[in-house]
Amino acid sequence: MRLRSLQFGVFAGLVLLWHILTTPGIVQPFFFDRDNQAAFFFGEPIKIFRAIIDWFVTGEIFVHLGVTLLETLLGFVIGATAGLGIGLWLALSDTASAVMEPYIKGLNSMPRVVLAPIFAVWFGLGIWSKVALGVTLVFFVVFFNVYQGVREVSPVLLANARMLGASQRQLLRSIYLPSAMSWVFASLHNAVGLAFVGAVVGEYLGSARGVGYLILQAEGTFDINTVFAGIVVLTIFALILDAVVGVIERRLMTWQPKAGVTEKV
Amino acid sequence: MNDVPALALDDITCRFAGRDGGAPYTAVSHATLTVGAGEFVSVVGPTGCGKSTLLNVAAGLLGPSSGSIKVFGKELRIADGVNKRAGYMFQADALMPWRTGIENVIAGLQFRGVARAEALKQGEEWLRRVGLAGFGDRYPHQMSGGMRKRLALAQTLILSPDILLMDEPFSALDVQTRQLMENELLALWAVDKKSVLFITHDLEEAIALSDRVVVLSAGPGTHPIGDFRIDLPRPRDVSEIRMTPAFLDLHREIWGAMKEEVLKAYQQQKVA
Repeated sequence: MRLRSLQFGVFAGLVLLWHILTTPGIVQPFFFDRDNQAAFFFGEPIKIFRAIIDWFVTGEIFVHLGVTLLETLLGFVIGATAGLGIGLWLALSDTASAVMEPYIKGLNSMPRVVLAPIFAVWFGLGIWSKVALGVTLVFFVVFFNVYQGVREVSPVLLANARMLGASQRQLLRSIYLPSAMSWVFASLHNAVGLAFVGAVVGEYLGSARGVGYLILQAEGTFDINTVFAGIVVLTIFALILDAVVGVIERRLMTWQPKAGVTEKV
Repeated sequence: MNDVPALALDDITCRFAGRDGGAPYTAVSHATLTVGAGEFVSVVGPTGCGKSTLLNVAAGLLGPSSGSIKVFGKELRIADGVNKRAGYMFQADALMPWRTGIENVIAGLQFRGVARAEALKQGEEWLRRVGLAGFGDRYPHQMSGGMRKRLALAQTLILSPDILLMDEPFSALDVQTRQLMENELLALWAVDKKSVLFITHDLEEAIALSDRVVVLSAGPGTHPIGDFRIDLPRPRDVSEIRMTPAFLDLHREIWGAMKEEVLKAYQQQKVA
């Protein structure tokens, strides 16, 4: 509780500082020549807040937010599933991983955001070019974590399960997958953020809907408050998605020891 | 009683490829070892002499470079998978941390496709037998080292293996817990007399538990150099039997055979 109020205090303090420094007429301008220039460059918290409220009250935001969230979720789910599947496959097959290694390394070092224009040509300006970008970003994060997780499975645990009579399939289900899970969840937290990056960057480059599109339009008219409003909305929804991953993680990972926590009797 | 040994390792040699093209390392060379049906055999030897290698060969986890393994007269081939008549208790913790106690115990039954209700019933029974009744819903990390060893014992014994392979299973425990566990092991063993191959570096533990103690030479190229029959009366209490004159005589005799090898191993480790 005390922690929450401190956290809120930091937030309130920063917003207040922002408000004081940007609203024309509160303090004498000490960097800019005129007192409305700070507001022009950095926006004003109250107007940003009002813009967000307006979006939700008029319902204008919903279609854009829905598109962006759909792109993000599709990119996240497809990318994570592919990363999990291919990560497992390559980690368990020595030949396949030896053959694919240089290609995986190459694809991973490539700045994949440059693929966005190509995806726009391939998949058009609808949601799929954004999903494709999200997938390429999410895939590698999940892939490398799964690969690492499976490779680091304790050999004793494997030998024990084999002695207890586990078949290859059963080893996969009872040893490899649960063992790789903590790595997978660590990567999913990153992947959610990257799926958002894929969706929004895709929207910047060409789209007719989405929060990225709203931000781009506002930027075109130097409406800095709306740009900030878009950023705030995106941040809030990224946090919500991350929290959802966290909830699923806690559900599935109840077995993990929590360091130094005693139970109340 | 039939005379076919439960486990017969014949002229086993294990050579490992050297790291980065270095010289190959021969861990075990020309080792021959048998465990009779219902016999409790301990293998002692200096640290790092390849005891675990020998046990992995017996378990079918590791194929020997040459030599043959017979399990109740039947050849064990590494291509056919592990030794299905054996249970293995590892030195390190081998419990699945994401499964509760009872789920760990019934893992082997699940792998064999036993119905869940039946598996849980047997699991509870085994938890009771190893003194963990009521702890089934705890995760391994919520248990002490001794409890985890009991759990591992139940996990192995629930499958009722004909052969029990044990790799210094109690070496990580404190002395008191260890003697308790040794007594429990003997009590469980006395019920249905499985064949046991028990690896340890602790000679006292070996004598207190076994029908026979086999002494290995120092590595590389480990092989048995002595074979001693332990005819102490059963049932035994491991903490009391250590005080008896017969025990001390045996200890002196076997230690005489072991001492040189231990010193040799120590010298090697100091050089390396």
